[in-house]
Amino acid sequence: MKKLSHLYLLIVIVLLYFPILYLMFYSFNSAGNMSSFDSFTLEHYISVFTNQRLIVIIINTLAVALISSAAAVLIGLGGALFMYNVKNSTRRILLSINNIMIVSPDVIIGASLLILFTLAGISLGSVSVVLAHIAFSVPIVVLMILPKLYNMNHSLVDAARDLGADYKTIILKVIIPYINPGIIAGFFMALTYSLDDFAVTFFVTGSGFSVLSVEIYAMARRGISLEINAVSTLIFLFVFALVFIYYLLSTHKQLKKEKVL
Amino acid sequence: MRRLLAVPYFIWMLVFVITPLLLMAGYSFLDFSGNITLNNYAEFFSGNYIKMTVSSFWYAFLITIFTLLVSYPLALAVRMTSNKTMWLLIIILPTWINLLLKTYAFIGIFGRNGVVNGIAGWLNIGGFQLLFSDAAFIIVSVYIFMPFMLLPVFNAIDDIDNNLLNAARDLGASRTEVLFKVIMPLSVEGVKTGVQVVFIPSLSLFMITRLITGNKVITLGTAIEQQFLTNENWGMGSTIGVFLILMMLIVMIFTGGSSKKRVNKI
Repeated sequence: MKKLSHLYLLIVIVLLYFPILYLMFYSFNSAGNMSSFDSFTLEHYISVFTNQRLIVIIINTLAVALISSAAAVLIGLGGALFMYNVKNSTRRILLSINNIMIVSPDVIIGASLLILFTLAGISLGSVSVVLAHIAFSVPIVVLMILPKLYNMNHSLVDAARDLGADYKTIILKVIIPYINPGIIAGFFMALTYSLDDFAVTFFVTGSGFSVLSVEIYAMARRGISLEINAVSTLIFLFVFALVFIYYLLSTHKQLKKEKVL
Repeated sequence: MRRLLAVPYFIWMLVFVITPLLLMAGYSFLDFSGNITLNNYAEFFSGNYIKMTVSSFWYAFLITIFTLLVSYPLALAVRMTSNKTMWLLIIILPTWINLLLKTYAFIGIFGRNGVVNGIAGWLNIGGFQLLFSDAAFIIVSVYIFMPFMLLPVFNAIDDIDNNLLNAARDLGASRTEVLFKVIMPLSVEGVKTGVQVVFIPSLSLFMITRLITGNKVITLGTAIEQQFLTNENWGMGSTIGVFLILMMLIVMIFTGGSSKKRVNKI
């Protein structure tokens, strides 16, 4: 039974990684297709690094993700602090409004924002894309910060107030340091959503501005281009390195904790 | 002060969440040239769109079932390993790769000269066209959604106290009985959340259908994208959108609407 379950686990993992490895393998194919491997080449990587348009798009993607996540953290933090202090019934209503964005399909978010931007006269491009990304990141940030606020011992806040701290000091010196892990988690969650988004951006971007996922879609619709393979290999290696470092750090921390105990 | 800090949040939610949805609902009553009409709804119920909605529902249903069939045993298997976090991380890792790239990989794998046809030719079942078929659409969607189903199901299964399982065994239950009478009832909540996070997005996918099936499979999402960006008939697109939102609400009512849990556990 145990062997069988291990075997199943292995099979699924092989199938999960197969398409990714397949992409990476053919990124070195000089034949220019994804079916017959001719000979090893790095030309697709060279063409990625010399493709100015693609580099601009990668910078756009990172800029949109960083700007929108930072803005979403600031806006969401205010919302979370407010929700922390209201009656349960009020909070439930606010949270369900907050959740609308999280459960809504991307197409709906994209299409409804397209209507809004057009009616408001906001031209489609970098501004509309950043606004849209902030819009779907804010509710996520709120949900990542709220549990941290609830874990906080409220006597901390009371004690600070008794000792004469005003609201600003309490927030900056007591609450924010305590919920900092939640804020960071919210930021990274927003970053992930922003980098991973395609559908919303596809609706609200104009012809002059593009991010990586939209560009890949456009390239893939035209057929196979091994530049995409090269880009995805680079992305995968980057993500893999990040996750590996994260895993090492978190297990290291755990080991340390266990030692202290 | 506290209120002042929350002002941007409320303005943001009002302008970018509530207003757009209301605008969309409003647009569903407008025709191509902006006159108020119920024609969009009449057209929606006139046949073609109903057929498309049913088929979209059917595809989403199949995708959800297959995703569950793959994920549930996988969650059990991960529970049995000694290093759960590591295996979970390995399974989750591909979700950080943009889903377009993964979809793109399948264009190569399923293509006429791709690896699947190669194996089929080698086994003498001959070259068939997997790309541009609805089977390909379902396979790719299951591949993409599997980790999202796995997470909530695994969390539910992992929360089950080992003593319960041991007690059931001690009292004479067979392995299958433990699975069907103890583990499954105790993991229903996780399955519900999983169904919710897979079913709704599969109704609205449009990039996978476009890339993998050409234009053969049309989901609600494909139709909305088509109306908004190709036909520029926002009225009709909004009407389909209203129905997509209704379906979403129905699914959420059936699955308990516990979306809060899901984000907390990620």
